Amino acid sequence: MPIYFDHAATTATRPEVLEKMLPLLGDGYGNPSSVYALARTAKKALEQARDQVAAAINATPQEIFFTGSGTESDNWAVIATAEQLSARGKHIITSNVEHHAVLHTCKYLEKRGYEVTYIPINSDGLISAADVEKAIRPDTILISIMAANNEIGTLQPIDEIGAIAKSHKIAFHTDAVQAVGHVPIDVKAQNIDMLSLSGHKFYGPKGVGALFVRKGIAIKSFIHGGAQERGRRAGTENVAGIVGMAEALALAVSEMLEEAARQSAIRDRIIDEVLATVPKSRLNGSRDKRLPNNVNISFDYIEGESLLLLLDMKGIYASSGSACTSGSLDPSHVLLAIGLPHEKAHGSLRITLGRDNADSDVDTLMKELPSIVQRLRDMSPLTGQ
Amino acid sequence: MLYSDKVMDHFMNPRNVGEISDASGVGLVGNAKCGDIMKMFLKISDNGVVEDAKFKTFGCGAAVATSSMATEMVKGKSVGDVMSITNKTVMEALDGLPAVKVHCSCLAEEALHAALWDYSKKSNVAIDGLKEPVSDIGEHDLTMV
Ligand SMILES: Cc1ncc(COP(=O)(O)O)c(C=O)c1O
Repeated sequence: MPIYFDHAATTATRPEVLEKMLPLLGDGYGNPSSVYALARTAKKALEQARDQVAAAINATPQEIFFTGSGTESDNWAVIATAEQLSARGKHIITSNVEHHAVLHTCKYLEKRGYEVTYIPINSDGLISAADVEKAIRPDTILISIMAANNEIGTLQPIDEIGAIAKSHKIAFHTDAVQAVGHVPIDVKAQNIDMLSLSGHKFYGPKGVGALFVRKGIAIKSFIHGGAQERGRRAGTENVAGIVGMAEALALAVSEMLEEAARQSAIRDRIIDEVLATVPKSRLNGSRDKRLPNNVNISFDYIEGESLLLLLDMKGIYASSGSACTSGSLDPSHVLLAIGLPHEKAHGSLRITLGRDNADSDVDTLMKELPSIVQRLRDMSPLTGQ
Repeated sequence: MLYSDKVMDHFMNPRNVGEISDASGVGLVGNAKCGDIMKMFLKISDNGVVEDAKFKTFGCGAAVATSSMATEMVKGKSVGDVMSITNKTVMEALDGLPAVKVHCSCLAEEALHAALWDYSKKSNVAIDGLKEPVSDIGEHDLTMV
């Protein structure tokens, strides 16, 4: 059996979740907007799902809007807020390590007359809430800072940023796609106004997400058409997907404490053993303010895609921040943002753990990884330079 | 990323990895920014035949495979024949590369040309059609920080 170490990329839909979804694709196929019994069953399932998602983040069901992905939730929150509040100001604060779903959306807005401040992270991969507060201007209309980084797993101080946004009466959005279902989120306690989440990051299906919008924030519709989602998000609902996401989230939240502790222990073992065994390796991102499932290590002198291919040959699936794996010529913007030179950013390995990983997977990793790194170093003209 | 079986074979079992201490010509191309660096070593006999070729590469699967294939292709060839090896012929020998990886094959051609340039300068041999390499990087660029 191959070892799957790429849970930040996506996760397998849990069997319990699939079981809830299948009837809605089969006999229970009704359109929730219709009036007859078949439709009412679908509508009921949809509203139960809304209750489940709301409960998972301490929101009310009226504050949950289902979308087609985490990316759509991010686009909607940022663009709709920017358009809605443009009379008040055109300044947005975000960070330089957001997912492209937020970063490229900000670039889009910059071309349309908005100004964006990108708060830089420190070498530990953390944003300073004080820097966010300092960037606030009279025309600032939105702060969008991710809860957890998808590459290096760092947990940002969203409690502090939420409190700051509240005291300055500025809307606060957080991309919590990597955090929800993995670390506790409470939109009330954390003063979050809008939050993006995505089903496939916590053992739900792909192509379904949600946006939480605090009651009192009048967000305009982004996808235009029918009256679904109280007129805010048109399009016949992906009922099976939504129900699957909600069930997966409820399960993830109920198992969170136990799973987080179990995965943190495996994570720490990998970090300790790799750093001790492989010379010239370094951990990227803060050691303690990080997701329970994230390991991101750079190896000097080698390139990430080669590393992934050789790991794949040994049945180990992981990812990297190298350009070759990103489809562009530049390595990960996150690794460059924490100050890594290009060649070290190319040589990074991201291991993201999940429910299916066990200590024995670490044994296998440690059996294979050091010799693979050495093999590539022996081949590299940079080694020893 | 879908690589051909040939690419995977040359990546998994690269031919001619290493250095030649008394190389007739050495070429170093690429840069750490885009993530591919190739160093090519050629041993050329007095009558202008490539007796040995070796390489060291920092880069992706395609970069390693093209380096390996290019060194295989030049061995036993005259300097003039080496000039007819292009990124296209290397790529064809590997049964093709994914579109985003074509630049890696250009690097293999550039590394060969850079090594020939070094040889032509050192041995005072003119090579028809050879131009001074542009993407040759200085050793100082290789310093890891
Ligand atoms: C932090 C973050 N935001 C947004 C997304 C996009 O989510 P989706 O894949 O549902 O569009 C991802 C997923 O890769 C992510 O990690």
